Amino acid sequence: MVKIEVFGSGCANCQRLEEMAKAAVVNLGIEAQVEHVTDVKQIMAHGVMATPGLAVNGKIVSKGRVPSASEVMSLIANVLSEEEA
Amino acid sequence: MASKVLARSLDRPAARLVIGLAPAALVWVGAYIMLRPIANAITYDLFHLSHDTRLGSAVNFFLYDTPKVLLLLTGIVFLMGIVRTFFSPESTRRLLGGRREGVGNVAAAGLGIVTPFCSCSAVPLFIGFVEAGVPLGVTFSFLVSAPMVNEVAVVLLFGLFGWKTAALYIGLGLAIAIVAGWVIGRLRMERHVEPFVYEIAVGQLDSAEALTWSDRAARGIQAVRDIVGRVWPFVVVGIAVGAAIHGYVPQDTMAHIMGEGAWWSVPAAVVLGVPMYSNAAGVLPVIEALIDKGAALGTALAFMMSVVALSLPEMIILRRVLKWQLIAVFIGVVAAGITIVGFVFNLVF
Repeated sequence: MVKIEVFGSGCANCQRLEEMAKAAVVNLGIEAQVEHVTDVKQIMAHGVMATPGLAVNGKIVSKGRVPSASEVMSLIANVLSEEEA
Repeated sequence: MASKVLARSLDRPAARLVIGLAPAALVWVGAYIMLRPIANAITYDLFHLSHDTRLGSAVNFFLYDTPKVLLLLTGIVFLMGIVRTFFSPESTRRLLGGRREGVGNVAAAGLGIVTPFCSCSAVPLFIGFVEAGVPLGVTFSFLVSAPMVNEVAVVLLFGLFGWKTAALYIGLGLAIAIVAGWVIGRLRMERHVEPFVYEIAVGQLDSAEALTWSDRAARGIQAVRDIVGRVWPFVVVGIAVGAAIHGYVPQDTMAHIMGEGAWWSVPAAVVLGVPMYSNAAGVLPVIEALIDKGAALGTALAFMMSVVALSLPEMIILRRVLKWQLIAVFIGVVAAGITIVGFVFNLVF
C-alpha cells in the first residue's frame, strides 16, 4: 500500500493538490492511501515550510506549489520505481 | 560566422529558451502597440460612438484598459514566475537566519518581493523563520512586504497610473515593511509568540531542486495560469465599473467624499481596508475611477495597501502562532505606517 500525504492548512491550493493526488492514484492504477495532513507540527517535522507539500511513502517530492496533473503522476511514479530498484 | 555563434548559443539552454520565447514576445509587443488603434476603431468606427459622449468615453476606456492590463499582467507574472524559481522560503530563511536587525529588516523586505509566498502558508513559514534564528522583527518585515509588494498590485498601478505611482508604491511599501518590522523588533514581543513555536522540531528543509531553464519557463507559464487565471474576472469587472464611473459619475462627487480636504479620509480608508480581503485586482480599477473623479491619490493608495497587506483571514491564520497582543501590535504598527504614507502622499501631490 502506497502512502501519499498532502501537507497543508486546508487552503484551496492544498485541496486542489489532494484531488490531483487522488486522481493520479486512479490513473496510475496503484493501491494508495491519500491523506491530508493539517497538523502544523507534523508539517514542520517533514520539513515543509511552504504549503502545499506532497510526500510519497514519507519522501517529500514537491512543496510550495501545485504541480500539474501529469507532474503529480510522474512524481508518484518516480518514487515507486526508485523503491523497486 | 553568425551561424556558428548561433549554433554555439543553441547549446546553451538559456539561449535556447530566449529563442523559443522570441515569437511569443513579438506577439506580445505587437498586441501592446495595437491596443490604442484597435480600441479606437471598435469604439468610434464599428460602434459609431462619439468621443464626446459619456457612452463613447466609457466604452473606449474599457476596450483599451482591459486588454492592456491583462497583457501587462501576463508578461510580468511570467517573468516573476521565472525569477521566483531562483528563490525559495528555505533559501530566504538561510539568508536571514541570525541576521541583525536593521540590515535584516531591509533584506527581509527585499526578499519578500521575490520569495514565493502564499498567506495560507504563513504559519509554517513563521515557524521555519523563528527556528532558524531570524529575529521576530525581521520576520515581520518579510510578512508585511511579501503580500503588499506583489506583482499584481504593481502591474495594475503601472498600467493605470504610470510608472511613477508604481515605483512610489514599491518604495513606500518596502519602507513600511522595514520600519514596521523594526518597530515590532524594538518592542520585544517575543513572549507574545505562542510557546509551542519554540519547541517544534523542524525536519530536513533542503530542497535544492535542479531546475533547467525549460523547467523555469514552465513554472512561469504555470504562474500565469494560476494568477492571471484567478484575477482576470476581477480585472474585467473592476475596469467595467471604473469605466462606468469614468463616463457617468460627475466630476468632484468623489472629491467631497475622499478628497484632500477631509483629513479623516486617510485613516477611514485604512480602517475600511483591514477587514476587506481581496487581491489588488479587485480594488484597483475602482480606485482608478475614484481618483479620476477627484479623490486624492494618497487616500486611494492607503486603501489599497490596507486591503492587500492587512487581511482578517491572514490574522486568523497567524493567531495560531501569535498571541492577540502581538497581532494587535502588528495591525496597529502597519496601519499607522500606511496612514502616514497616505498623508505624506496627499501633501506632496
